[in-house]
Amino acid sequence: MSKPTRITNSLRALRFAHGEMTQAQLAEHIGVTRQTIIAIEQGRYSPSLEMAFQIAQVFRVPLDEVFQYPDGGQ
Amino acid sequence: MSYEERGTWIYLVTCTAAYAVYLAIVITRLTTAPAADVSYVPALLWTTGASVMASTLGRTFAGTVTTGGDRRRDVRDLEIYRFGEYTSRWFVVAGAAAALFMAMAKWDYFWIANVIYLGFVLWAVVGSGVKLAAYRRGLQVPG
Repeated sequence: MSKPTRITNSLRALRFAHGEMTQAQLAEHIGVTRQTIIAIEQGRYSPSLEMAFQIAQVFRVPLDEVFQYPDGGQ
Repeated sequence: MSYEERGTWIYLVTCTAAYAVYLAIVITRLTTAPAADVSYVPALLWTTGASVMASTLGRTFAGTVTTGGDRRRDVRDLEIYRFGEYTSRWFVVAGAAAALFMAMAKWDYFWIANVIYLGFVLWAVVGSGVKLAAYRRGLQVPG
């Protein structure tokens, strides 16, 4: 059906580093459901570039501190 | 489980159940009469109507009770919805094409109506299955 994503993320670590922010709180900041945050954290959903930037802004970090892509990825 | 995922489950179950009831009624009648004489229209309309009603009530229940009234549909829900519809639309096209050829070949109305109905049911069931798989396994950009 689809190719699994090779994008990884540090969402969980960043949430805990920012006052143990809950998935629901992050979802509220971005304007999505908590299930979407869970899906992103588990690598089951790749957010749009715009949503990725919104997430990075919530944590006030560069995009590549939130999402990573392995070298040599195709 | 989000409101939209629950709604997809409800839609899948009600569509499948309604078609199973319809098939049970019509197949029973087909064993005693030729297709041209089988009364299928009331059964088709009643089962379709009941399916729509049950699905609507089920979604309302899911929205008010099981998710605490949170009925938000976000961008992921929308992408999964579009993916499911895009993948399953071919069943409607196939049903319409089959009905066209059956009409040109002067098949009985019974078979033409039923092949169109089957196309709609497959569209709903396969579309729901694809959406649920995307909710469970994940939705990634095909490549």
